[in-house]
Amino acid sequence: MALAAFSLGLLFLFPMWKIYLKAPQYPEGLEMHIWVNKLAGDTESSIQNFNILNHYIGMEPIHEDSFAELKIMPYVVIGFMAAGLMVALIGTRKLVLTWSVLLMVAGAVGIVDFYLWLEKFGTNLSPMAPIKVPGMTYVPPLLGSKQLLNFDALSLPSWGSLGIALAVLLSLAVFFFTAAPTKKPITVNHKPALV
Amino acid sequence: METFATKLWKNAPKAALLVAVAAGAMLQGCSNTKGSDATGATASALSSDAATQVYVKPGSHDELYSFLSGGFSGQVSVYGLPSGRLLRNIPVFSQHAENGYGYSEESKAMLNTSHGFVPWDDLHHPKLSRKDGMTDGRWLFVNGNNTPRVARIDLTTFETAEIIELPNSAGNHCSPYPTNNNEYVIAGTRFSVPLDMKGGTKDVSLADYADQFRGSISFIKVDPDKGDMDLDFQILVPGFDYDLANGGKGPSEDWVFFTTYNSEKAGTLKEVGASQNDKDFLAAVNWKLAAQYAREGKAREMPANYYHNKLDKATHTAKSTVKKKVRYLLAEECPGMMYLLPAPKSPHGIDVDPSGEYMVVSGKLASAIPVFSFSKFQNAIKNKQFDGEKNGIPVLKYESVLQAEVKEPGLGPLHTEFDGKGNAYTSMFVSSEVVKWKLSDFKVVDRIPVYYSIGHLMIPGGDTKKPHGKYLLAMNKITKDRYLPTGPELTQSAQLIDISGEKMKLLLDFPTIGEPHYAQAIQASIVAPKSVKIHKLDENRHPYVAKNEASTDVSRKGNVVHVKMTAIRSHLTPDNIEGVQVGDTVYFHVTNLEQDWDVPHGFAIMGANNAETLIMPGATQTLKWVPKKEGVFPFYCTDFCSALHQEMQGYMRVSPKGSKVPIAFSTGKKKPAVVAHK
Repeated sequence: MALAAFSLGLLFLFPMWKIYLKAPQYPEGLEMHIWVNKLAGDTESSIQNFNILNHYIGMEPIHEDSFAELKIMPYVVIGFMAAGLMVALIGTRKLVLTWSVLLMVAGAVGIVDFYLWLEKFGTNLSPMAPIKVPGMTYVPPLLGSKQLLNFDALSLPSWGSLGIALAVLLSLAVFFFTAAPTKKPITVNHKPALV
Repeated sequence: METFATKLWKNAPKAALLVAVAAGAMLQGCSNTKGSDATGATASALSSDAATQVYVKPGSHDELYSFLSGGFSGQVSVYGLPSGRLLRNIPVFSQHAENGYGYSEESKAMLNTSHGFVPWDDLHHPKLSRKDGMTDGRWLFVNGNNTPRVARIDLTTFETAEIIELPNSAGNHCSPYPTNNNEYVIAGTRFSVPLDMKGGTKDVSLADYADQFRGSISFIKVDPDKGDMDLDFQILVPGFDYDLANGGKGPSEDWVFFTTYNSEKAGTLKEVGASQNDKDFLAAVNWKLAAQYAREGKAREMPANYYHNKLDKATHTAKSTVKKKVRYLLAEECPGMMYLLPAPKSPHGIDVDPSGEYMVVSGKLASAIPVFSFSKFQNAIKNKQFDGEKNGIPVLKYESVLQAEVKEPGLGPLHTEFDGKGNAYTSMFVSSEVVKWKLSDFKVVDRIPVYYSIGHLMIPGGDTKKPHGKYLLAMNKITKDRYLPTGPELTQSAQLIDISGEKMKLLLDFPTIGEPHYAQAIQASIVAPKSVKIHKLDENRHPYVAKNEASTDVSRKGNVVHVKMTAIRSHLTPDNIEGVQVGDTVYFHVTNLEQDWDVPHGFAIMGANNAETLIMPGATQTLKWVPKKEGVFPFYCTDFCSALHQEMQGYMRVSPKGSKVPIAFSTGKKKPAVVAHK
């Protein structure tokens, strides 16, 4: 169970999601990396380069400051990690399940939130935009690829999200495999030492 | 319609050349090598699979970078090999309106000399920096022949990083030769001149050549990490013409060798006067000993006046420093430092084989190529096999230092390079061919015609300890019928020859920029990974940088107006400027805010008397502009940067002198809809 809590730590080591752009004149590609606490890319200037391209279609510039989530999410994750560790110490099956379900809900909320942002940026276009294609919006895909004018946009979860998935799987495993509620899952407690 | 007569006419130069070659061969008597076949020399020389050997598929990269001197273009052109594709033209000694080099306020200082601003030079010899006798791909040193200068090109940015002027020199042809670890870059003067010993030349009668004129050899120290150059000392040498040089390697690595001519010390009609002595000299200088003499107090100091111009990476600006003295050694006062080896009549190229044992001297007027032996040279010194002295410098006996002569090589041998497999290749100017001979027995084994009148030839690393002996590049002075005619002025050319097998095979023939003299080439894998993509905006320390649009500004100080402008796809900020007056000096300091690869912006304004300027991502460049009349002057981005590049433009309003229009600037500001005046 503690391992599940620790696996959330991956969120601080790796991005949660990556959006890749490729175009004829960008053979090397452009990458935006969405972290739990920041926006970055494959180079120091990726966000600026995304914004330069986006301004032609009237998309609002993307800045870290625009996303309150980036400030809140780290605390949420730390909260989950702390709670997870407490659950591990207490060792109650019911708490494990609760933690797991809450985490799933939080993850789902995150994905929905992410989708809403994509939708907002992709559709909320300035009427003054130099490039206007009738009927065209620029919502990047949540998952998978999509052609947006000359860019082929590909969106995939990254190692950070795997941390959440791992946490959910591990905690569910703890819940299902520690059959009797009478036994405290002490054995599982040893696992962090191996990490 | 082509008649037989016109065909005959067209082929006449070729035929004449072949006759000349044949005549040359006859003059040399019976040759034991296969001479070029007079019928279909091109056909037999051209490899049947040449096309596949030089074909670099679109999108694929070449195996080698080559750096060809531009001669009178004052530039270095960079070609990919084996494709012969032109990658870049690097301005060094010449102003380059294409990117503003030598025009922009930042780069102007690079062309300062003690003679003032000199915006042109004659660039002959590129030499790559070295480590352990091998090219390391960090810098390229090149010479300016006319107003003696040595430049260093930084191969991370492919731009000129530094130019140092050389005092007491005239015609810096014998230059620049780096030692095996760039301890020194060495440069000799082609023209001897009467020195006033104050860093200038004396006003003397030209009849006094023999008594008054002296040559000089400059020793430029190179910073091992940064590459920065500094003139450490000079050696004042007899008043000959110092033509070319090359450093030793391995056993001879402490030495550098110079060909000299005009040992007659003729001051006029040198083509005759300097061609009288049967032998001139190969001058050998022990540079380590020279440095030691200089260090240990043998050096004197004289006042001087020469410029040292350096590009500061942080400010993207070149700055000039004036040096006021130079140290010098007198060759005759430094025993063991310099010797003269007799060499057949007016030698040109001096090339040292990869082992460092053989010094090959190509005497353009000589009928054989003498090969000197370094070990024999050392023994001759030990055994005092001298043949008198010249201006206090010992002359060695020709036979005591000679290893062998390459017999009947061809006509007009100029330069030799090596393949690292025991073969040497010598260019023959007069008979227009490359001749391959063996270092083991000094016998000619192959020859290939080139079109026409070859000067230098180059094998990648062919002047180092380990040549990359796959290709040879011949650089030709005359092209005549080789390409479509372009009026009286024709291109020079380079020809790529496959030297991987026994027989040389012609692969490719391509036109060049300016006149290529010497060239260098290096494996792309050494240089390409270090190529810079952008300059970091954060690290820009230009005094007038605007790192974002909010810090753009227009300010007046007297009649000088500074515009701090930014460029980013696809607008300039500010793009509306008012309050400038006729006669103001306006400086546009344009910062390219882009931090993406291959997104330069350009800046130009109507009526500018200089050029445009190209600004690389993260850099700031300044264009000076003095409006001469009132009105509105458009300015715009000159590099097609984006889909809205054509919209990347703005207006400068110029009012009469003393006008009350205040300084105002903006971008994208809504203007009042109704007319405000009247």
